[in-house]
Amino acid sequence: MKGMTIIVKNISSFVKVLIFLFGIYIILFGHLTPGGGFAGGVIIASSYVLLMLAYGREFAEENLSLSMTSKLDCLGALLFAAVGLFGLFYGAASFFWNFIHQKSWWGEPFNLLSAGTIPLSNIFIGIKVGASLFLVILILSSFRLETSASEKE
Amino acid sequence: MPYALCFLLFMIGLYCAVVKKNMVKIVIGILIMEYAVNLFLVMLGFRWGGRAPIITAEDMVGGSLSELFVNSSVDPLPQALVLTAIVISLGSLALMISICIRTYERYGTFDITQIRRLKG
Amino acid sequence: MTIPLPVFVAIPLVTAFLLPLFGKKGKAAATALANLATLLLLVSAVTLVGQSRVYEIGKWSIPLGINLVLDGLSCLLLLAISVVSCATMLFSVRYMEQYTSKSKYLSLFMLMVAGMNGVVLSGDIFNLFVFLEIASLASYALVGFGCEHEELEASFKYMVLGSIASTFILFGVALVYGNTGSLNMAYISKAIQSSGMNAGLAFALCLFMTGFGLKAALVPFHAWLPDAHPSAPAPISAMLSGVLIKSLGVYALVRIIFNVFGVSVSVSWVLISLGVLSMVIGVFLAVGQWDFKRLLAYHSISQMGYVVLGIGIGALILARGGNIAWASLAILGGLFHLVNHAVFKSLLFLTSGSIQMSTGTRQLKELGGLTEKMPLTRTTCSIASASIAGIPPFNGFWSKLIIVISAVQAGFLSLAAVTVIVSLVTLISFLKIQRYIFLGELPENLQEVKENKGTMAIAMASLACLCVLMGLLLIPSLRESILEPAVTVLTDGMRYSTNIINM
Repeated sequence: MKGMTIIVKNISSFVKVLIFLFGIYIILFGHLTPGGGFAGGVIIASSYVLLMLAYGREFAEENLSLSMTSKLDCLGALLFAAVGLFGLFYGAASFFWNFIHQKSWWGEPFNLLSAGTIPLSNIFIGIKVGASLFLVILILSSFRLETSASEKE
Repeated sequence: MPYALCFLLFMIGLYCAVVKKNMVKIVIGILIMEYAVNLFLVMLGFRWGGRAPIITAEDMVGGSLSELFVNSSVDPLPQALVLTAIVISLGSLALMISICIRTYERYGTFDITQIRRLKG
Repeated sequence: MTIPLPVFVAIPLVTAFLLPLFGKKGKAAATALANLATLLLLVSAVTLVGQSRVYEIGKWSIPLGINLVLDGLSCLLLLAISVVSCATMLFSVRYMEQYTSKSKYLSLFMLMVAGMNGVVLSGDIFNLFVFLEIASLASYALVGFGCEHEELEASFKYMVLGSIASTFILFGVALVYGNTGSLNMAYISKAIQSSGMNAGLAFALCLFMTGFGLKAALVPFHAWLPDAHPSAPAPISAMLSGVLIKSLGVYALVRIIFNVFGVSVSVSWVLISLGVLSMVIGVFLAVGQWDFKRLLAYHSISQMGYVVLGIGIGALILARGGNIAWASLAILGGLFHLVNHAVFKSLLFLTSGSIQMSTGTRQLKELGGLTEKMPLTRTTCSIASASIAGIPPFNGFWSKLIIVISAVQAGFLSLAAVTVIVSLVTLISFLKIQRYIFLGELPENLQEVKENKGTMAIAMASLACLCVLMGLLLIPSLRESILEPAVTVLTDGMRYSTNIINM
């Protein structure tokens, strides 16, 4: 996949950082304002997709390679499961028990550092969703749509 | 009344998925059906003159939620259901599109009347 | 130490996401980890026999939070899923060497097992939908795994029909939420008991029957099964036909009809007619097939008809307020046949995979005379064929006998006669398989086939032993611990809500 003209390349190299920052804001404030893990993850993926569209697929793959994206994907899911499992160990023995909030380790309501394990879950889900969507678009864009004459009946 | 329009959208999606011959159009029909169901779910929680169910510091009265907030906010549970349903339909759409692309590589066409090797 | 219930969903999910991290070098380690996970699930399922529990996630109490429920029916299905997935995973250690990207196969397989376990354990109707979608998406990808012509076509057909069914189910869930105001199955049941059915709930019930009926491959909705099951790789056909159509289709349908909505006469007549149609049409379409796996797929439709017929007769007796002992017998026949079918149908698909790996074909006209070359496959295939045709003392005979006896007791002599005729036609089609594959002359191009040894042999032999021994599940002590709790959950349908709310 080829890139676009030089005007698009210059502007998008500036805008994609802003989109990435916006995505991180949506993820981190997920327990106070609408949004959360999934919506923020989609926005982060879209910043990488902008990179791919403006510069071409090979450049985007050098930036964040296929195997690295796949590993980030698995890592996000495993960390989310680890958050659930910690609830099992810290006393009350239930999966996804909000151990940070119930043990009053941090925060009063309506601050950024509050609501226990919910911001942690949001961050890990954001990583996973962003990596997954970018992986899907990276792989789908590597298909070549010409048909070979020998395959047709 | 809006529920009937939602059901009409669902029927349009079902018609598109059943009648059309191009694979991509069938996929779009399924997508329209899923959007119609998501719309129906969100409309279930609606309340006239309601506001968004986000708690801010003014809504807490002495450690519990104020009556005004509970009586005037929209139901938040269908919104959580719709979020999950949108994620699921995204995954299903990605899988459907990749199978369409692979089928085009093998058969050379998107027309389902020509993709009929399995018979009997 | 008691095992917390989310372990059944957490172990396969964590394994599914650990496996791609191994990469190309660690393929043997990945396979060993996957086998270890299924073995762990089997051991956990066996230790849970006879218990019944409610587990609240995050310690949120019930109408606010999601709960996982283990009762007799869930326990029975968990056992079936664990046994079949363990055997299939052992089989696929050597079988999947023919395909590339084995690590993706293993993680998709684990996702499917996680989804099925979640469907069986869920106590919340939307949670059931989410896990149903996880298992269905994994199975759509696994059916088209080889990416050849027919596999992609079959996968597309399966995916379109399955997505439409899932959308119907979601619409039904939305209608139920709108009419009762809760998503927890116990609370929905209480609300329906107190306020009765209205038009919205009746429409939701129709949508559920269509959606879950399509997942279970009952007859007006069976069109995806004869294409999807033959095209999938053999271990996946065994899982699909063995447990997926049962846990996603029949279990969910039965749970919703008996425990949430309550049986009524019209609903049970619908179940009986779906069952009879599936039995008859499935078996008559199966006899004329010349492709081994396609024949087995049509037989799956027919045997699902048996299960739904047994359960439908029980529902009709309960709805008319008749003798509870007769209703229990009918439901016992249906559920016992469900578990038996899981074992012998997966064994049949595994033997077909073994034959396909050795000879490279699955058309009956190109095979023949494989008796001396593949003795273990021949023995296990004969045992499974005898089970499905209903020959004593194998397990299929006992469950079919119970269904026939209960049909006669309830006064449906014509249905009992139809059941016996369908059994005879099943026997005819399996005699055809025996004659064309194992007896007769060996063609020249198959002179050098060898028997498959190793893990494939262990998997097939263990399932064959289970086929022989499962008739013993009718001994009173084993029956009371494994089968009776499942039957009581269904006959005392309305007790489900009171049990959970008071627990």
